[in-house]
Order: sequence, then structure tokens, then C-alpha cells
Amino acid sequence: MSDAPAVTSPAPVLQPAGAEATRSDWVERLRASSEYVAIPVFAVAVASALFALFLLAVGKSPADFIAYVWRGGFGTAFSFQNTLQRSAPLILTALAVAIPARIGLIMIGGEGALVLGGFAAAALAIPMIGVAPPMLTLILMAIFAMLVGGFWVGLSGFLRYARGVNETISSLLLTYIGIAIMNFFVEGALRDLSNPNKPSTKPLGDAYMVGKIPGTDVHWGFAAGVFLCVLLYLLLERTTFGFAARVTGGNYRAALAQGLPVGKLIVTCSAIAGACAGLAGFFEVAAIQGRANASLAAGYGFTGILVAFLARHNPLVIPPVAILFGGIVASGGLIQRRMDLPDATVLVLQGLIFVVLLTSETLYGRFAFFRPRARRDRT
Amino acid sequence: MNAYSPSSRGPSLETTGMSKTFGALKALNDVSIRVPAGSFHALLGENGAGKSTLVKCIMGFYTPDKGQLAIDGQEVAVRNPREAQALGVGMVYQHFTLVPALTAAENLVVSRADAPAVIDWRKERKALEAFLERMPFRVPLDRPVSGLAAGEKQKLEILKLLYLDQRFLILDEPTSVLTPGEADEILGLLREMAHRGEITVMMISHKFREVEAFCDDFSVLRRGSRVGGGKVGAVSTREMAAMMIGDAVVPPSAARIKSPKDGVTLEIAGLFAENDEGRDAVNGFDIKVRAGEIVGIAGVSGNGQTELVEALSGQRPVKLGQVLIHDRDFEPTRDHFDKFKVFGLPEEPLKNASVPNMSVAENMAFRRFDKAPMARLGFWLSSSPIRAEARELIARYNVRTPSPDTPIRDLSGGNVQRAVLARELSGDVDVLIVANPCFGLDFASVADIRGQIVQQRNRGAAVLLVSEDLDEILELSDRIAVMSGGKVAYITDAAGADRTTIGRYMAGH
Repeated sequence: MSDAPAVTSPAPVLQPAGAEATRSDWVERLRASSEYVAIPVFAVAVASALFALFLLAVGKSPADFIAYVWRGGFGTAFSFQNTLQRSAPLILTALAVAIPARIGLIMIGGEGALVLGGFAAAALAIPMIGVAPPMLTLILMAIFAMLVGGFWVGLSGFLRYARGVNETISSLLLTYIGIAIMNFFVEGALRDLSNPNKPSTKPLGDAYMVGKIPGTDVHWGFAAGVFLCVLLYLLLERTTFGFAARVTGGNYRAALAQGLPVGKLIVTCSAIAGACAGLAGFFEVAAIQGRANASLAAGYGFTGILVAFLARHNPLVIPPVAILFGGIVASGGLIQRRMDLPDATVLVLQGLIFVVLLTSETLYGRFAFFRPRARRDRT
Repeated sequence: MNAYSPSSRGPSLETTGMSKTFGALKALNDVSIRVPAGSFHALLGENGAGKSTLVKCIMGFYTPDKGQLAIDGQEVAVRNPREAQALGVGMVYQHFTLVPALTAAENLVVSRADAPAVIDWRKERKALEAFLERMPFRVPLDRPVSGLAAGEKQKLEILKLLYLDQRFLILDEPTSVLTPGEADEILGLLREMAHRGEITVMMISHKFREVEAFCDDFSVLRRGSRVGGGKVGAVSTREMAAMMIGDAVVPPSAARIKSPKDGVTLEIAGLFAENDEGRDAVNGFDIKVRAGEIVGIAGVSGNGQTELVEALSGQRPVKLGQVLIHDRDFEPTRDHFDKFKVFGLPEEPLKNASVPNMSVAENMAFRRFDKAPMARLGFWLSSSPIRAEARELIARYNVRTPSPDTPIRDLSGGNVQRAVLARELSGDVDVLIVANPCFGLDFASVADIRGQIVQQRNRGAAVLLVSEDLDEILELSDRIAVMSGGKVAYITDAAGADRTTIGRYMAGH
């Protein structure tokens, strides 16, 4: 259309021109985005203060606690590698929350997808051990784990789109069903009878385990998690798929009015989320446990929710936050032994952070400091 | 129980030097307004002029930074709406606040602050009947409110205030949901009651016709200040409008030319769509819109207009019926929007057509983000064409934004609408579906946006305009259809259309 300019007056120049403008533009953007760092940091600080009060109330020293977290999680090469190891499933389960969040869904079914994914990988491996080459077996296991996890969370997404079932509730309930399915097989048909202690599937054996990243003690799951964070960040921010997903998540009615395939988008995002958690399950089985059993349901899926919220569902922020929480988890044993505290203590800290963090959501937009100047000047 | 007693009188109300700031925005600046006892006062002003802020300060929703409020000459401090209620100040909101599933009688009784835990309905019924006896109008007490007509609901809202012995009534655009006939009836009755001294009324309004016909005096707010006022009739409508707009320049509306194309472009045949409760809100709707024609759909809100627009734009499933464009089946999918060049300006663009936390540039790219040059290889987004296009549209359509990267929620209503308009109208438009495009906008934006719509018509687009503003329909349309009960009740050429006849069909007669 060539005859469009119906507006007679020229546009009022509110955009400053030139290099100076670009700089102030940049400063304003930094100012605005610093809010997303300052408020979560503030929330963690408040939660830590509350936790310190809790420790004082039970007669323990908060300073000791911090010292032990440092020693047990970050202080030495050994403990830091242990932390990285533990952060691997957290990165993946956090992605399982962050991806659906971008399309407007609060999915908390990572735990279920992790458990089922890990179990599916182990179950697939049983007939292949000693028959198929380890590399092929591991690849097939990983793919299968992702498919099963993707199906499990994808189901919640489908129910949300097609039937209007609340995805938070359905993904949580599917988690319990997933754990029950694993227990059913592990304690029944697939139980390794040679192991009398704990109902488990048959062990994979050392030849069929995922190795360590060369030069470290950290398994490949950590690298896979970081790689997926970058990949999914690009998917969300730089592709038409991600754009459509963000439109759908930001305003469902607008997405419909643009004729976007919202059902496909919702189910795909959910399935990607489940696949991430399923992959976490694969690494827990193939790099840590060596078999599927009840230890898979160790709560990584739930801690991942916390990591994703603290990272504000930004895949690139997930790894550092996951490492922080991996460290806290890793130091749990040391704290238990040295401070004579039950291991649920760490959960108290996590719970406090989560509650304070959710409360801090109400603070966004309340501080004039973070608002761009241009907007403040306009009345 | 503090129910109506015949001795109560409408009080006078006066604000002195009332000021309120939100951050850097001076929403109210030293506003002094006097409403004498037993008068009908009109509060005029554009959107954002501070009318709501003033009223909310009076009602105790906000605490003014400065200034006093006096009722019957007595200075009072209203800290919350309950205190306003206790002082006899009540408000009728733009949208109904009744409980739809309860009957009128139940609504009245439960609205009382002192409603007992166990209600003796026989006694209450008697009291209610006695109360209605003394009222100038009545409503059926035993039907659920959801089954009442809009006019009856509005009457019930007013009765509720009187029942609670509120004698200073603040009405916020009370007639926007009514037919012209219903509006005249209710305002006439309120005016009589005021002149008998039983109540005092302050009405926020946009409609000069109503102000001239029913109000005694008026005050005009602009940018938070009182800029004029006086006796109604002492100044002309034109002068009132000038006070409201100030020095803003209102572009003249685009001239319509004889349309170049011919033939039916958009045809809707036997369309059915359900509302959220599962009833057929669109109930066998038929219309034909020719190329180069604007067909206006008038109607009282809640007669299926919203559902019609939603069904056409893909926000609501079509239950039955056909939509044809150029005699070919149209379905509201992305492919068809592009293929048939169907565009839309939905009502409340922040809610229906944009993603508030995405940037202006991204919002402007909704139609084209998945096509070259914005998408490379069909999936990789390329940000420079998105930014470049946004800069061009921002300049061409006069969108006031600090930068293309500003989240669109930070823009004013008029600029959000202009941004959406730029996105939807910058391409080649064959069919345009418009719903209440000027709702809540200032005069300059309204003229601008109406001009753009007419221009699309002149270019040969088929335009379906759904609006609750009859004046807008009369100004823009070539033909006018009245929608009532989910279907077309009446259709006429705009030239020589009769407001009264249209009003009668709007009311469903």
C-alpha cells in the first residue's frame, strides 16, 4: 500500500539521535534490567536473614552454617566438582519449568518426568546390555528418556489446551503417578532379585555408564545441561517458534487473533520441558546410580522449580543459580554431620527462599530508580 | 437497619483545592468543585483528565495529598469507601456490581452492611415492598439479576444506593450500557428526584446531549485541573468541547469518496457462536459487506457483538455458519488472515491485540515475524528488519514512544491503539474487522483513528465496524445494522437513518 501516510504532522522526536543517545539508551536499558537482578538478590538476602533467625532459634550459629556451605559446596576442587555434578539435574529440571513459563504455563511436573525418563532409560538398557555397543545403547537410552519425559509433561500441556485442565495441578499429580509407575515395575517385574537391599532394576555395569568430562570429576550431564540452556535460549529469543511462544504466553487472546497455532505451541513447549527433565533422569541413572530405583525421586524436580523462578525463567541465568543450589544440596551431608542438624534443614532454607521470592514478585515496578527516565518525564 | 427514610435529603458536596499526585504525574491539581444540595451536576473531561481520580478521592479509594471535602458544609475526612457510605455518598460504577445469580431482593438485602446472619425473608420482603412504594421506579424483585435488562440492572444499582440511604449519588458514565430510551428515562427520574431535594447527583459523562438535557450545572477537568464550569445552557456544546480539549489540534475526519470496487467481499451467513456460559450469543447472524463499504453494527452491549468479533478473529470457536470472503470459505487461521488480507482492530488493544510486556517493535511485527525478511530460512528471527520496520511505522503513524524497544504497556491507550493500527493497516487490506476502536481515547486520537478507517474504506476494503457508540456508527457507516439477541434485527442505509428507529430496534422491539 503506497498511500498510507494519513498523519499530517511529522512524528514528534522523542527518540534522541546520535551516539550520545545510543549511550543513554543503553544506560536506561541497563537501569531497567537491573531491577531483575536487584530484586531476586534482595529476596535471597531476606530469606537468608529469616533462615539465620531460624538457626539462632534452634541454637546454631548462622556463621558456621555459611562456613560449612562454603566448605561442603564450593571451597575445594573436590567439593566444587561435587556441586557441579549435583547442579546438572537442577539445570535440566529448571529448564522443564522455564520453557513452559515462557508460554504462560506453570508446569511443576519435572520430578515425574525425571523419574519416568530415568526408569525408561534403565528399562530400555536391560535387554541391550552385553548385546549392543555401549555408545549406541547410551544414545538410545537418552532419546528414549527424553521421549518418555516429553510425553509425560506434554500430556499436561495437551490437557491444558484441549480440556482446560489446570496444568500446575495435572503436572503435579502426574508426578505422583510417574513415581508410582516406576515403583510398580522396580518392585515387581523388573526387580533385580540378586539385590536384596533396595528394589532396583538390574545394574547397567561400568561399561554402560556415562563418563566424566575429561580432566574433571563431573559427568557429561552438566555439559549437556549448559548446552541445552544456550540452545533453548536461542530457540526462545531468536526463532519464530520462540516469538510465537512468547506472544502466546504474553497474551493468549492476542495469539488467537493472530491465528497462531496455540495448541501446537503449548504441547511442543511442554514436551520440550518434559524432555529436559527426562534427560536429567537419564543422567541420574546412567552417570550416578547405575540403575533405576526410588532414589531417582530425590526432589531434584522440585528444587528445579525454585531454580527456574530465581532465574526468572531465563535459560542463560539457570546454570549459575543451579550451581548455587547444587552447592547447598551438596553441603547438606557436611552440615548434618558437623552441626548436628537434620538434613531437612536445607529444605527449610529452600522453602524460605521460594516463599520470599514469590512475595518479591509484587515489588516489580515499585521503585522509581529502575524506571527509564523518559517515562518518568512524560506525564 | 438504616433503610430509606423520607426525611433524608440530598446533601451538598464541596471539594476545596483537592490535589493528588502519582509519582511524577499530577492527576489532580487544586480542584475545587461545588455541588449544591438537590442539584444534578455533570463532570466532564477527556480520559485521563482526572475525573476518576477526583471521584475516587471523594469515595475514599484514594487519600488526596491536599484539599478538603465538605458535605453539607461540614468538613469531613473520608479514609475509605465504608466511611463514604456512612456519610451517605454512594457511587454507581460503569459496570454492574450486582451478583448475577441472586434476585434483586437478595442483592438489596445482602448489600446492607448490617445484613443479619440469618435473614427473615418475610419481614425483609415487606420492608422492601414498602421501600419500593416510595420509589419513582421499581424492578422485579424475584428474578435473578442475570435475567434483567441492562436498564433494569442500572435502576437496581441506583435503588441499591437509595436503599442504603445514600443521598449523594456519583454516577460514572451510567448510560454507556443503556439504549437511548432507557438512558433518558433513568436520567429524567433522577433529575426529578434531585429537584424534589431527595438526592444530589454528580454524573461523569462524555455525552453532551445528556448533559444538556438533564444536568443543572457542570464542571470541566483537563489534565487534572478544573478549567471551566457553570450553568448548563449558559455555554454552547462547542465551548464545552473546547474546554475539554484545550489547545489540542483535532485533525478533520477523512473525507469519504465514492468507493472504487464493487461486489460482495465479506459475507457472514447463519453464524452461531456460544458465549462463556454456553448459550448462543451469536444466534444466526447474517450480513454482507461490499468492497469499499463500512457496515456499522449497532447494539446495546451484551447482544453478541463481542462474541461475533471474537468468532471472526479466531478467539472463539464458530459453532455453525459460514464466513465467505470473495465467495470462498474463510477460517480464522494465520494462513487465511494472510491469504484473504483480513485485518482487525479489536476493542481494548492492550488486551486483545498486543503483548503488554513485549516491545513496541515486537508488537508491530506480529503479522510478519514469520515471513521474510523478518524470518530467515523460515525460522531464524532477524532483529534489524523488525526494528527498521517499527521505526518506519512509528514515524508514519505518529506513535509516541520513547523507543521501539519500550514495552508496549508503557504507552498511553491512544498510542497502543495507533501501534496496533499501524501493524494492521500498513499492508494491503481487503477485509477489516473493527470493534469499539475509540473506546477510552482522547479527541485527537479518535479523529485520527476514524480517519484511518475511512481511508481503508476509500481504498476499497470491506469494513465491519462493531461499536457501542451510536454516534460513531452514524458518523462512519455506509449502512447500519442493529444487532439484538445475537442477530441482525434491522438494517438501513446510513443516509437518512433515524436515531429513534435504531434505538427502538436496539431495545429489542
